[in-house]
Amino acid sequence: MLYDVAIVGGGVIGCAIARALSRFRLRVVLLEKECEVGFGTSKSNSGIIHAGHHAAGGTLKGELEWAGNRMWDALHEELDFGFARNGELMLAMAGDQLPVLEHYRRQGIERGVTGLEIWDRERIHREEPAISADVVAALHAATAGVVNPYEVCFSLIESARRNGVALLVDSPVRGIARDGDGTFALQTPGGAVPARFVVNAAGLYSDEVARMVGAGGFSIHPRKGEEYLLDKRLKGLVRNVIFPCPTPQSKGILVIPTYDGTLMVGPTATFVDDKNDRTTSAKGAEEVFAAVRRLVPGISERDCIAEFAGLRAVADGEDFIIGPTAVRGFVNCAGIQSPGLTSAPAIAERIVAILKDEGLAMEPNPEYEPRLRKRVRFAALPMEEQARLAEEDSRFGRIGCRCEQVSEREILDAIHAGARTLDGIKFRTRAGMGRCQGGFCTWRSMQMLSAELGIPMTAITKRGGASWIVCDREEGDAA
Amino acid sequence: MTGERIFHYLCIGCPLGCRLEVEENAAGTDVEVRGWGCKTGKAYGRQEHTDPRRVVATSVRVSGGRWARLPVKTSGPVPKAMVRDVARAVRPVAVAAPVAAGTVIVADVLGTGVDMIATRDMERA
Amino acid sequence: MITPEVRQLAPRYDVVVSGAGPAGMAAAVGARERGAERILLIDREREAGGILWQCIHHGFGLHHFGEELTGPEYAERCLRQVTDGGIDVLTDTYVYDISPDRTLTLMSGSHGMRQVRAGAVVLAMGARERTRGAIRIPGERPAGVLTAGLAQKFVNMMGLLPGRRVVILGSGDIGLIMARRLTLEGVEVLGVFEIMPYANGLNRNIVQCLHDFDIPLSLSTTVVDIRGRERVEGVTVAPVDQALRPDMSRAHDIACDTVLLSIGLIPENELSRRIDLRLDPVTSGPVVNSTMETSIGGVFACGNVVHIHDLVDFVSQESLLAGRAAGDYVTGRRPPADNIRLLPGDNVAYCVPHTLSTDREHVVYMRVRKPMEKCTIRFGDVFSVKVRYVFPAEMVNITMKPKFLENFHGDSLRVDVVQR
Repeated sequence: MLYDVAIVGGGVIGCAIARALSRFRLRVVLLEKECEVGFGTSKSNSGIIHAGHHAAGGTLKGELEWAGNRMWDALHEELDFGFARNGELMLAMAGDQLPVLEHYRRQGIERGVTGLEIWDRERIHREEPAISADVVAALHAATAGVVNPYEVCFSLIESARRNGVALLVDSPVRGIARDGDGTFALQTPGGAVPARFVVNAAGLYSDEVARMVGAGGFSIHPRKGEEYLLDKRLKGLVRNVIFPCPTPQSKGILVIPTYDGTLMVGPTATFVDDKNDRTTSAKGAEEVFAAVRRLVPGISERDCIAEFAGLRAVADGEDFIIGPTAVRGFVNCAGIQSPGLTSAPAIAERIVAILKDEGLAMEPNPEYEPRLRKRVRFAALPMEEQARLAEEDSRFGRIGCRCEQVSEREILDAIHAGARTLDGIKFRTRAGMGRCQGGFCTWRSMQMLSAELGIPMTAITKRGGASWIVCDREEGDAA
Repeated sequence: MTGERIFHYLCIGCPLGCRLEVEENAAGTDVEVRGWGCKTGKAYGRQEHTDPRRVVATSVRVSGGRWARLPVKTSGPVPKAMVRDVARAVRPVAVAAPVAAGTVIVADVLGTGVDMIATRDMERA
Repeated sequence: MITPEVRQLAPRYDVVVSGAGPAGMAAAVGARERGAERILLIDREREAGGILWQCIHHGFGLHHFGEELTGPEYAERCLRQVTDGGIDVLTDTYVYDISPDRTLTLMSGSHGMRQVRAGAVVLAMGARERTRGAIRIPGERPAGVLTAGLAQKFVNMMGLLPGRRVVILGSGDIGLIMARRLTLEGVEVLGVFEIMPYANGLNRNIVQCLHDFDIPLSLSTTVVDIRGRERVEGVTVAPVDQALRPDMSRAHDIACDTVLLSIGLIPENELSRRIDLRLDPVTSGPVVNSTMETSIGGVFACGNVVHIHDLVDFVSQESLLAGRAAGDYVTGRRPPADNIRLLPGDNVAYCVPHTLSTDREHVVYMRVRKPMEKCTIRFGDVFSVKVRYVFPAEMVNITMKPKFLENFHGDSLRVDVVQR
């Protein structure tokens, strides 16, 4: 089938573009190299919806951060992923940092960002008693929020698919050919996928994908960030996302109350050579905990339950690269690093406009349904509601993951919504994300995956590829 | 020649883990145990040198039960040198639920005179 | 054995026990012994017995049943006592909450959400295993890094192997047991690495699980890197100095596809925290008095939820005591309140129970911080015992007779373990 648009890359950007295009009567395909969407950079994102005042003026980042920020409420309303506007505090720990707060406040106001306020020490401690006594002042930004970035990807693609977008997973693009009439043929291990337009949202690999059609000229440098998740004992220690005063290199190491309440600390920011280097390090852990202890002294490495690292796709010049290329029909959407998640909905609209300019006819899709059915988050429901559901379906009464109180029914729903791996279940339901890190529930989740997908236990993976969990016992010769 | 007659063992009687030295006499008819801290250690050294034995616990395939594996053990200790062979010998065994605890799964395993018995009930799923 | 499942839940029970592992089963039996009539034993899994089912090895029960049993045999013995005692068993059920008037909110796969009132409650939720995040092993995050207990479940109950070439980090007993178990299943176990200068498991397991199979144990050594993008491909191990810092100049690589973690257990006190029980920061379990009653009257606790035990036999014994006290509580036989607080002193990490009374005999469980030979355990200046050795890996238990305390009139007793 000839597609109108092929999107390369199923991170949050590719998924947002796929869903934005699903409003139109178009044949769209999204090609993802991993076994599920969101399994690359998006999965290990800090999950912050930035307030709108961080990125410098005169950049694409600055333009799209605030535009994107304002689109999240509607998106959340339609797609029901975890999202809360809990605000952010940028802390000045010394008098000489006060001008920095003022700079960001002005930058925000000039752009129209609302709810920016300088707080004095007393106000800070009234609102956030866990913050260090050394704090001098802070800039509070009410428009900041947190999302579960992986859930955003899953919801976006689910919505896009319901509205007709095709998803091909395990489909890395190895080459792109172009025939006489300008049609692209994207080469994947499963065969060639023909398309009239291509959107390059390949994240870390967007430079390589662009080069396949000669629309390159930029390179992507992975900048690693290590993050550390803390035990939910510390839930509620801080409510706002806590920032230090930023430096030109980075927004700094933060204390992030995630949507589900667990605290996360990080990220580091180190350039690495290898686009697969997602290692965490003893040095990274030291750096992160030393940095956050200065802001919130009650945080200790003893509370760490898990750690991970992600790679930001940083383009030369640090700004986003969004736009048509010399190759007609091939659009780049590259170098999307912070505030890329915040900007994602605005970036998707920008791509729609660019494709239109490139000559893609956009007829509204009369069957477009923006809403997804609300998903049950059993643990978050009031008890009466839980009781009613358990009465209705005993699988709600059966707790699959005890640490995060995830019911077996939610795990089943996740599998029916597309989870094919243990990580697919974990990032959709939180089963295995708590303090036992799957020690108790892994085997049960595997049994359910095996039964629902009709595959043997040995075919189940953590996140696709060779990430198998168990192998068969050697039975020996029959006696 | 005496060097070949001295053997070393770690006592398992308690967490101290005394390093036992067992020396055979020239005729190989008796042993002397040294390095022990208590009587248990002395007796252990002698037993472990002259006739070390172990109970082997493993599992066999079971079909139609709540779980895929039925735990089994030897009804008595077998010579230490045979532990791996005993485990390997029962690896291909498969039974069907229900099974009652104590059921003989393999009789007289490898001629040791002990049986491999089920250590739990496995009801039909 | 087939546990008779309760069909009809009563609205009121004398004693409700949360957790049907060895601790909960013994507690229920203890409560029955003291005349509690309606007893409900609840577990999250679909069969009572807890972790014992997967501990298929031999060596349990010498202290409690007077013979050596495998884990499943031990579980069946306990369950028979439960069944003979006419105790209601409710599996597939999770205790959500306990109100101050001891109404338990339950979420059950078979009964939905239910509430039951309890005259007394016994908490016996056991423990969970420490994971990779707790010790922050650097490196990549491939599949194939799992706790020894999960591997045990895979191998012994599901007939699946966690990998083909295994490295074990930590010398806890479950790790040692799994070294042997995997070897017998044809898996190559390349070594056990322990960061401390001494092993954490029993000598018996070091000999019978490692030495018997020529599996090397490296002390003062740890895993400093895990490699593999999708599945584990290898680890780097390095010796550590006295401050436990790795010496990278002496590091070496090992090719393997699996890392098993046997790095300790943590009492599972989610529920205890929800109801605001006072917890001991050292044990991470509830503070208990000499009847195993927690800081909330009528709520008792026992087994690994209070402190981590080495032997299931001691879990059963401690839990029998807790169950009996719960039974006494509901039948109105309340013993005199404790009048002595135990204070952990030199080389004592903790003591359980936390308080004693002078009128009865007590067993005091304690754990030391470092190994010591030829030492004396001193309870203030009223009582002392000479012992040949103490090890952090081995819980010490001391019987305190009332006569030792009859001339003691203070309200706290310091416990020290000192060199002779």
